[in-house]
Amino acid sequence: MKARVTVYPRREILDPQGKAIRDALSRVGFPGVDDVRAGKSFEISLAGEDPEAARRQLREMCEKLLANTVVEDYSVELLGGEGLRP
Amino acid sequence: MRCGVVVFPGSNCDHDVYHVLKHVLDQDATFLWHQDDTLKGCDLVVLPGGFAYGDYLRAGALAALSPVMDAVRRHAEAGGLVLGICNGFQVLLEAGLLPGAMRRNQNLRFLCRDVHLRVERADLPFTWKLKEGAVLRIPIAHAEGNYEDAPERLDALEANGQVVFRYVTPEGARADGDPQVNPNGAARAIAGISNAGGNVLGMMPHPERCSESILGNTDGLALLAGAVAAGSRSLLTKVGSAR
Repeated sequence: MKARVTVYPRREILDPQGKAIRDALSRVGFPGVDDVRAGKSFEISLAGEDPEAARRQLREMCEKLLANTVVEDYSVELLGGEGLRP
Repeated sequence: MRCGVVVFPGSNCDHDVYHVLKHVLDQDATFLWHQDDTLKGCDLVVLPGGFAYGDYLRAGALAALSPVMDAVRRHAEAGGLVLGICNGFQVLLEAGLLPGAMRRNQNLRFLCRDVHLRVERADLPFTWKLKEGAVLRIPIAHAEGNYEDAPERLDALEANGQVVFRYVTPEGARADGDPQVNPNGAARAIAGISNAGGNVLGMMPHPERCSESILGNTDGLALLAGAVAAGSRSLLTKVGSAR
């Protein structure tokens, strides 16, 4: 089963990278961009069929390694296939 | 008194620290490999600067999980001295041995220059040779030194006296919003913190780069000398209590 984990800077924390990208977008002709948060995305292939167990495992991965929860938030998403709803 | 310098793949200040400990301060110093599961009897452990594991994922994140860090954690919990410099500080944060986290520098640039630090605590094993309120000129060299934590946790850090060094003007004044003074935008201009026990210190600036007169600056020497002497004293206590 495949999953996508997204890690991004927490809302309440200024994201200097996202801000620089927003300013650059404005310079290349997209002045209407209010905010950009720059994060990371992980595509993870997991053994097992139980979506609840997979989500639990993915959240644990985020807490233990993939995200630094002092400054980052995360979301986990199971991708379709093998009869699973996305 | 034995000093250990941890070497991760990608450490690059390990030899500088080793040199100061061994040749300037005349200590028994040794390197500790990241795969080691003991500290080989070291009393003072230094996590040096560099780019451990290429800074993959986040600076310090993978190094924090290497086998030697279990030994470092046991050492710290037993009251042993641990000093993390620059990337070593980032490793201590990721390992949870110190609170908070690092973000990219506010201006997104790698910064390599001298900064001024005010000594906020001069009663720790590392800082007892310094004077509270004294200003040190020490170089920084990092892209992720923008210290951050939740406001209530920063309050707790201040209340517990865990802020050890702050970025200030050459005269020792705060100017947290001025990038000339607080170069990376760190919360409350924090440059170095300790754990609650005071035996674990993390700092972004590099004292090992300014510990010899031939380098034109010796402001870092008192800190490393203090740590070494404190390590020796705790060693004497250990020997004394064993008798």
